[in-house]
Amino acid sequence: MSTPTLPDVTTRRAPALGGFNLTLVRLELRRLLRNRRTVIFTLVMPIVFFLMFGLNAQYADRSAGHGNWSASIMVSMAAYGAMLGTTSSGASVAVERSLGWSRQLRLTPLNPAAYIVVKLLLALAVGLTSILAVYVAGLVSHKPSMPVSLWIVTALLAWAGSLVFAAFGLFMGYLLPSENVMQILGPVLAILAFLGGLFIPLDEGSVLATIAQFTPMYGLNGLVHAPLTTAPFKVTWVVNLVTWLLLFSTGAVWRFRRDTARV
Amino acid sequence: MTFSTPTTPTSPVAVRGDGAGTPVAIGLRGVTKTYGAVHAVRGLDLEIAPGEIVAFLGPNGAGKTSTIDMILGLSRPTSGSVAVLGMPPHQAIRRGLVSAVMQTGGLLKDLTVAETVAFTASLFHSAVAVDDVLRRAGIAGIADRLVGKCSGGEQQRLRFAMALLPDPALLLLDEPTTGMDVEGRRSFWAAIRADAEAGRTVLFATHYLEEADAYADRIILISKGRVVADGTSAQVRALASGTTVRATLEGADPETLRRLPGVDSVEVRGDTVLVHTRDGDGVARYLLNQTEARDLQVTTRGLEDAFLALTGHEDDATEIEESHR
Repeated sequence: MSTPTLPDVTTRRAPALGGFNLTLVRLELRRLLRNRRTVIFTLVMPIVFFLMFGLNAQYADRSAGHGNWSASIMVSMAAYGAMLGTTSSGASVAVERSLGWSRQLRLTPLNPAAYIVVKLLLALAVGLTSILAVYVAGLVSHKPSMPVSLWIVTALLAWAGSLVFAAFGLFMGYLLPSENVMQILGPVLAILAFLGGLFIPLDEGSVLATIAQFTPMYGLNGLVHAPLTTAPFKVTWVVNLVTWLLLFSTGAVWRFRRDTARV
Repeated sequence: MTFSTPTTPTSPVAVRGDGAGTPVAIGLRGVTKTYGAVHAVRGLDLEIAPGEIVAFLGPNGAGKTSTIDMILGLSRPTSGSVAVLGMPPHQAIRRGLVSAVMQTGGLLKDLTVAETVAFTASLFHSAVAVDDVLRRAGIAGIADRLVGKCSGGEQQRLRFAMALLPDPALLLLDEPTTGMDVEGRRSFWAAIRADAEAGRTVLFATHYLEEADAYADRIILISKGRVVADGTSAQVRALASGTTVRATLEGADPETLRRLPGVDSVEVRGDTVLVHTRDGDGVARYLLNQTEARDLQVTTRGLEDAFLALTGHEDDATEIEESHR
């Protein structure tokens, strides 16, 4: 047996910020760019929808409050893109779990909360890219029209609200098996977008519209369009958004804890 | 060195009695682990001193992986206590004092080798330079290769490189050479061995007998969740199968030889005497010092025989651990 050169245990320290650091974010971003195929899919879909439904010549003439109908559809598709991007990005943890990467990370000082923060930041980066992509398509097409300030305000609202779906994606990523997370979530998101009134406005007062108020896209849809359409502000939008954010975050934390539980 | 039987009473653990208060590298006291009705670990008492290279040997399902998971804090014992360098496992992990090379998985296919190491390095309070660990693990040449394109052996070296980053006091290897070819195994162990010379404590689980024999200072043989033998490879071998001392001795007295400590049987074939014993050294010393014996040969049977004798039939146990992977 060789002479032990045991490091002085007392000099060893845990990392600051639970292990959160910019190298981590940079490398995760690089992975994202490397997996362009999945990212591009979430970027292209909303643009295609915008080009299909938002460029109708009549829409350019039809007023929607401070802008035209085309602008309103662009805002809808940006919100849809943000929803797709953040959800799919969050849900990618399912793959990391199946590869045993989450388990490997438990052998490092990385704090689970710090890891979740990195994942949320990344999901928000994808969400923002998706919003910008739709708005660029809108700019290039010259059809949507609204004051510059509203381009900015609606984009920021869609982005901030997409945090709900980043949490949703993480929740699902920890809940569902890895192989088919997005096959399951794609249709689910389409239904949620429809119920939220993102694709077509639901008839006020109908049973469907009443139910729809309780679905996760309802609040975000109302909030992103309000500055443009000058629709009266409803507290229920905010209540809806915050409630779902809390539900999804709690779900994500609950599943995450189970995933990393020391059993 | 001690040889325990399944009913061995608890030994003092946690702090070594050398007066300096140096914590043991690993201290397990009365550890059990139960999954539902399955008893994976049935009461382990272990003390591993700093600097030891220990093989954790046993058939599949013996409880090796369950025990390593508890030492790493990945799972909690059903009863008993686990201390790593005198602290709970998760604290040792957070301080970068413990690293592990796991059998499979744990790698992202879309990062390169160097990126994976840099990613891991960024998580520690302080880490060895990325280039340094790549070189020590022998993968500096493939630093820019995507992990998904690396062979099984290269991935294992990558796991080893990641494990070296915090300069851990304790390194655990769970069946690290599974699936490697002979050459891959040899060079992997050469890297581990070179690294351990600096005084790192190493505990590796294996069911390759020759690995335990060749690379460990100490072998802990476990079967069905219990320690069945604990000692040097020669001691473990002798425990099960004994040693045969063969010598040329005219007019040997079988009765005297039979009364020597540890002797099981004595055969006399003309001028040749064969003594089967658990204490080969003692018999050899006696023969050379007290008699006219010459042409002395001491042979121990292979570790494989000891392994089979001590672990018994392994088939029923195999199914247990597999179902909990």
